[in-house]
Amino acid sequence: MGMTVVEKILAMASGQSVVHPGEVVEPQVDLAMSHENAALVINQFHEIFKGTNLEAKVWNPSKIAIIFDHRVPAESAKTATNQKKVRDFVREQGIQKFHDIRGDEGGICHQILAESGYVLPGSVVVGTDSHTTTHGALGAFAFGVGATEMASIWTLGRVLNVEVPGTIKINIHGNMPWLVSAKDIILAIIGKISAQGANFKVLEFHGEGVDNLPTSGRLTLCNMAVEAGATSGIVPPDKETWRYLREEAGVDISEIVLQADLDAHYDQIVDIDISELEPQIAFPHTVDNVHPLPDALGLPIDQVMIGSCTNGRLEDIEIAARILHGRSISRRVRMLVFPASFRVYRKALQAGFIQDLIEAGAVIMNPGCGPCLGVHEGVLGDGERGLSTTNRNFKGRMGNPNAEVFLCSPAVAAASALTGTITDPRQILTNDAVNTKA
Amino acid sequence: MARVVLTIGNDISTDTIYPGRYMATVLPTETPQYAFADLPINQKLNHHEIPPGTVIVAGENFGCGSSREQAASALKGWDFIVVAKSFARIFFQNAINLGLRIIICPSIEAKEGDELEFYPDHIINLNTQESFAIQPLPPARQALIDGGGLIAYTRQLLMQERKSQTTESAKSAPF
Ligand code: SF4
Repeated sequence: MGMTVVEKILAMASGQSVVHPGEVVEPQVDLAMSHENAALVINQFHEIFKGTNLEAKVWNPSKIAIIFDHRVPAESAKTATNQKKVRDFVREQGIQKFHDIRGDEGGICHQILAESGYVLPGSVVVGTDSHTTTHGALGAFAFGVGATEMASIWTLGRVLNVEVPGTIKINIHGNMPWLVSAKDIILAIIGKISAQGANFKVLEFHGEGVDNLPTSGRLTLCNMAVEAGATSGIVPPDKETWRYLREEAGVDISEIVLQADLDAHYDQIVDIDISELEPQIAFPHTVDNVHPLPDALGLPIDQVMIGSCTNGRLEDIEIAARILHGRSISRRVRMLVFPASFRVYRKALQAGFIQDLIEAGAVIMNPGCGPCLGVHEGVLGDGERGLSTTNRNFKGRMGNPNAEVFLCSPAVAAASALTGTITDPRQILTNDAVNTKA
Repeated sequence: MARVVLTIGNDISTDTIYPGRYMATVLPTETPQYAFADLPINQKLNHHEIPPGTVIVAGENFGCGSSREQAASALKGWDFIVVAKSFARIFFQNAINLGLRIIICPSIEAKEGDELEFYPDHIINLNTQESFAIQPLPPARQALIDGGGLIAYTRQLLMQERKSQTTESAKSAPF
């Protein structure tokens, strides 16, 4: 029996020629990422060394990345103190891949990893963040772990007791319709297979729908794989992967071939045709409560948020700017935009997108997670309804259990900001190419 | 025998178990006070109306969402036993790493106030006298629990590996 892409990566990383689902392996780690929760990891790391008489040194400082993004700038004295503790640790251990709150290199961890070229096809990436699945977009096996697990990885350089996950093959057929995006595809998939439909499994993406997607869209797909419970999502590396790594992430490495075997075993094969796909929207309070956009049209909203590791990239800001260009957002909404990184922010500035957004009435916030996890900046009031391009709408997720969060694409979010009610972007921005053809 | 103090449905996320706004905690001992912070049970816990060793019965996909380990350490702090039809992956691993008692019981039926009796391969609900099969943990995970949790287990491996490194470098020393 052949192997899937993730099985091949795990075999390589565990020094075996073959692995199969259910087998327990201990893969070597190529990149171990944390954010502010490194403060908790540091605590557990020191616990491990307690009573050993050994110097508490991480296994390999060049393979550790730490990015401040969840609460930047610090929202409380406690967070500020934690961040200080992490900075001290970074210095003491010689960790180079550290991204502090800076205009030249800061941003959301998942965006930073991708755009800095820290993630390579075929590698094993772990992060103390459930959306570490994002990096499967670059052909890595990337998954989230807890803080104690990360402390163990910092110590030993490998993950203990990993059960090789089974894989679900997702075939995305057809061409993407006008103003439908990767976000709509992944929402449709989650709606179809449910919030636990891929629990403990990998989603391996195939088909022309993913072949035609730029890496930015693939990052969105894999980012939300975890919302179906998946251990990871993965796009087998192709020409676009190498283009992104060379041109956008500045890495110069030789290409490898990493494909599933023809006789690889899949636990399930899911086919989805996107050629007629409507924009999708997840209703509160679960991500799999997905409906086609027409079901939500006209619902009044109070706040629109564009950003996050799901949809804060240049393409996302661009589509919002094109929809808002020369128009003005409704007086009944606030609109917050969080670019995923300062690199994205600078490019959006140069392209004039930021100007379009501000002139329409949006507020540009500093790159980071912002209101996505409900700690600070843009918390919703009781009884308010937020429309967001983030990835989670659980009760209380954006800071208030008495508010509602709907999830959608950047195009739907921007169009809805104009009217103050959930709106179809295709009514605002028509596809001229399609129109001339018709 | 242990009493069920909370029954809760499917897809309970870590945002319900431990809201993100309390995530600046660094010590596992700081977290129990925020367990289920937005549910009424939080008050009862903090007023010590719920004794240690009681049971939460949950549906499918308990602990979905964020990787925050605080969700597991908060429940561990009150010494809960969590019985669920299924668990989300990262929460499940965090629970094992920290030694939170979790039991996968796909058919469990119980309501608040019921008393459960635990056996190695099944649970009996003493109120209904019904028996429900337990799905055993994978052997690799059980080994971790038996080894005293991930910190102790990693420490043990660390000592072994550093010791063999030092003996090897002593062997190769040029004298
Ligand atoms: S943007 Fe949201 S989902 Fe992404 S890493 Fe930050 S908090 Fe997590």
